[in-house]
Amino acid sequence: MAGAVTLSSMLDTFNVLLYAADPPEGEGPWWGVGIDISKCIGCGLCARACKVENQVPQEPFYYRTWVEQYTILKDGTTKVESPNGGIDGFDQSVEEKDIFKTFFVPKMCNHCAKSPCTQVCPVGATFESPDGVALVDDKYCIGCSYCVQACPYGCRYIHPEKKTADKCTLCYHRIKRGLDPACMEICPTGSRIYGDLNDKDSDLVRYLKENVTRILKPHLNTGAKLFYNALSQEVS
Amino acid sequence: MPIQLKRLLPLFIIFIGLFLIVRHFLVPDTFGQYGHYRGDALIDNASRNLVHASKEDCHECHSDIQEKLENDMHASLSCLVCHGPGLMHVADPLAENIEKMSGRTFCGRCHQLNAARSTDMIYQIDIATHHTEKDNCIECHNPHEVWEGLE
Ligand code: HEC
Ligand code: HEC
Ligand code: HEC
Ligand code: HEC
Repeated sequence: MAGAVTLSSMLDTFNVLLYAADPPEGEGPWWGVGIDISKCIGCGLCARACKVENQVPQEPFYYRTWVEQYTILKDGTTKVESPNGGIDGFDQSVEEKDIFKTFFVPKMCNHCAKSPCTQVCPVGATFESPDGVALVDDKYCIGCSYCVQACPYGCRYIHPEKKTADKCTLCYHRIKRGLDPACMEICPTGSRIYGDLNDKDSDLVRYLKENVTRILKPHLNTGAKLFYNALSQEVS
Repeated sequence: MPIQLKRLLPLFIIFIGLFLIVRHFLVPDTFGQYGHYRGDALIDNASRNLVHASKEDCHECHSDIQEKLENDMHASLSCLVCHGPGLMHVADPLAENIEKMSGRTFCGRCHQLNAARSTDMIYQIDIATHHTEKDNCIECHNPHEVWEGLE
């Protein structure tokens, strides 16, 4: 029985675009995010603005969003670096002649629709909001860090002062006031966008139609709603 | 009903009653309003304080600079990129409380040569060798109108 379930889930892999085209029933917005790798210039201002906006501790272990530089070398190896999450910007560490390809990958919470992190919470302190944002209730969280372990994208951490789980909220306090999330407000190239998947005229839906997008770790069937454009297969 | 069950029954009732009372006080009011979580957590999350202004906020008082910027190469940049969060300044503009970031390292965040930066997106220079006769970039490039006086 278990074998059959596993097998069928492997055959019926998660189809990103079909999922975005027909989101689960619901009234009002259902937020998703788009990140265009071809536009990112790796200034790291998004990661910095995020820490300021959300009072994330400045130590280099705590990030709600961060930027990685992937470098595929001519000898076939891949180097991934993220000095202080990219907050201080990037210096090219590999000589031009050794590089096959290199690009920046901003990372943040995927706001999954079938999020593994919310499923493991023993007390109901983390959840998907009706508008599709994965949030933490820091008054109710007991800091057991199951969710930190469960997130396949490494997007959670335990806040060192509050001792509760902390993560990207898509700047819920900003989007609810009609403002852009801090990382998107600051992005100089419009590499990051967010939008309503239920609204067929939204920026995000247009972005999904115009680009060839993919999500991270589709085989895990997390229902991730962070759609990357121009992302190489090497990134996980 | 056997006597031993009859005797246990009140105990069970008391136990279940106690459980319900304790549960009533321990479970927050709005738990389960939308799902298996505290409904008020949505309000808590949504009511956090803002730190960053938005670029629309600056227009009200600095429309001249905004216009300059929007008609120039830095059009896609938010004022907050170089001036920091800015919300304190919007609340109290006269108290010198806004950053003015410039300099080789700062401008180099975006403009320093890096193979990962697409040349379609951004013109790059080597900040260590580009026009070193002056130290700060803004001595030649007006940050709001980068070619002003240079062309
Ligand atoms: C309510 C009107 C108002 C708003 C809104 C406003 N400013 Fe100002 N700003 C002022 C005034 C008035 C001054 C001049 C203060 C002075 O000369 O000391 C000023 C000065 C400045 C300065 C120069 C400060 C200095 O020390 O030289 C900068 C930079 C600046 N504003 C940026 C911004 C940005 C960025 C925003 C948007 C987030 C913004 N302002 C929004 C009124 C405003
Ligand atoms: C590329 C970075 C950058 C951006 C983007 C930027 N500024 Fe500035 N701005 C500066 C710097 C640097 C100075 C300080 C100039 C100096 O000291 O001569 C400055 C100075 C100012 C001043 C002081 C008066 C002046 O003209 O020198 C105001 C007001 C101001 N900026 C407003 C804005 C507003 C409003 C926006 C958005 C529409 C904006 N800036 C966008 C970098 C920037
Ligand atoms: C957050 C990223 C960012 C920062 C910081 C930044 N710029 Fe830019 N700059 C851009 C973008 C984006 C463009 C327009 C696109 C392009 O260059 O093709 C641009 C364009 C320019 C250009 C015009 C290039 C051309 O060939 O026409 C100059 C000059 C320039 N910037 C100078 C500066 C200076 C000086 C500073 C520091 C005060 C600075 N920039 C800070 C992103 C940035
Ligand atoms: C002494 C004046 C001066 C200083 C200082 C200066 N620039 Fe320039 N910059 C120029 C001139 C003039 C040009 C036109 C092209 C050239 O002569 O290289 C230019 C061109 C540029 C370009 C466009 C390059 C291209 O290929 O179109 C960028 C981007 C730029 N500068 C950014 C910067 C940054 C960032 C700094 C600070 C690290 C800086 N500049 C400092 C004078 C200066």
